Parts: sequence; C-alpha cells; structure tokens
Amino acid sequence: MIEWAALVALAAFGLGVLLCAWRLWRGPDLVDRVMALDTMMVNVIALIVTWSIWQGSSVFFEAALFFAMIGFVSTVAFCRYVLRGLIIE
Amino acid sequence: MADMLIAALLLVGAFFGLVGSWGLVRLPQAMQRLHAPTKATTLGVGGVLLASIAYFGWVRAEWSVHELLITLFLFLTAPLSALMLARAWLHRERERVHAALPRPAASGVDWGTFQPPPEESGSDGAEPRP
Repeated sequence: MIEWAALVALAAFGLGVLLCAWRLWRGPDLVDRVMALDTMMVNVIALIVTWSIWQGSSVFFEAALFFAMIGFVSTVAFCRYVLRGLIIE
Repeated sequence: MADMLIAALLLVGAFFGLVGSWGLVRLPQAMQRLHAPTKATTLGVGGVLLASIAYFGWVRAEWSVHELLITLFLFLTAPLSALMLARAWLHRERERVHAALPRPAASGVDWGTFQPPPEESGSDGAEPRP
C-alpha cells in the first residue's frame, strides 16, 4: 500500500514540477518566474522525500535539506535583484 | 494500521502539493497566484515529511526526527519568501496598480513598502546612503 501511495505522490509532485515549469516558461512577469522557481524547489523537496520512502533508504535526506536551504536563499536573492537591481551592495 | 496512516499522509500531501502547483498555473493574477504555492504546497510537503518520519520509524525501525528540520525550515521561510515576492511585485508594478490598490485607513499615508526610508540611521542600524 505504501508503494502505491508513494507512486501516486511521485506522479503528483512530478506533475507539480511540470506545472511550475509551465509557469516559469509562460509567466508574464519576472516575479511570476521567481515564484515558479520557488514552488519548483518545494516540489523537488517533496519529490526527493517521496523517492526516499519509495526506495526505503534515507540517504537522500541531505539532498532535500540542501534544496530547502538553496531554494530560500535563491528566492531572497532573486527578489532583492528585482527590487534593487543588484544582490550585494 | 501504520501502513494505512503512512499511505494516507502521502496521499494528503500529494493532493495539497498538486493543488498548490495547479493554483500557480490556474489563478489569473500574480497576487492570487502567490497564495497557492505558499500555503498549499508547504502543507503538502509537511504531510510528506510526516509520512517519511512515520515510515522510517515504523517500517524501518529507525526513529529520527531530522525530517522535522526540513519542516521547520520550510515553515519558517515560506512566509518570508512570500513577503519578498509580494514586495517585489508591488514595486515592479507600481505605476500600473498603485491607483487600484485599496487605500489605508489613515489619510495621506501610503503603503508601508512605498514609504521612503527614515533619514537617520534606522532600526536596522544601517548607515544612511550618501
């Protein structure tokens, strides 16, 4: 049962990554693209965790934590670039 | 019993994650699109991380709470990134949307993010720019 649920969750989050990629490609504004990248990062975290449940090994945990940190920092850096035109003053 | 709980957590997390991503595509305006990923997708990831804790605890018999690190980090950073995105959008679309924004109650007071920074060194202790 866990395998089926993990497969469904993998499909759902993979579809979520594709939907975010559509918004990233289409997005009318730069902020929409940053938003799509942020959501894509969150979806990738969920994808990695679900994959580790499906595989039954916890070696992918550090990858998920890494994505969580890099996602937030990159979103803040992108927003700062949009606001100020430069990241480090 | 544990299998059913883990599967239910996975399915609920997948549902909310999909709702968030679908809302990102489907909603018409940027400020409305901001709602979907910051709330629904974060909740979906929380469900999947709870499922991961339960799976590695019950099935693999290796209890650990290091998934709670990701949960804590995401729940701390999702509102912050949403705030940054909203401010960036407001400043970027200021000429187009400023007249349509709802006015604050006090007359003559603009939105906080549009007000000029204080003259002397402010609360963050930054030096005034020359």
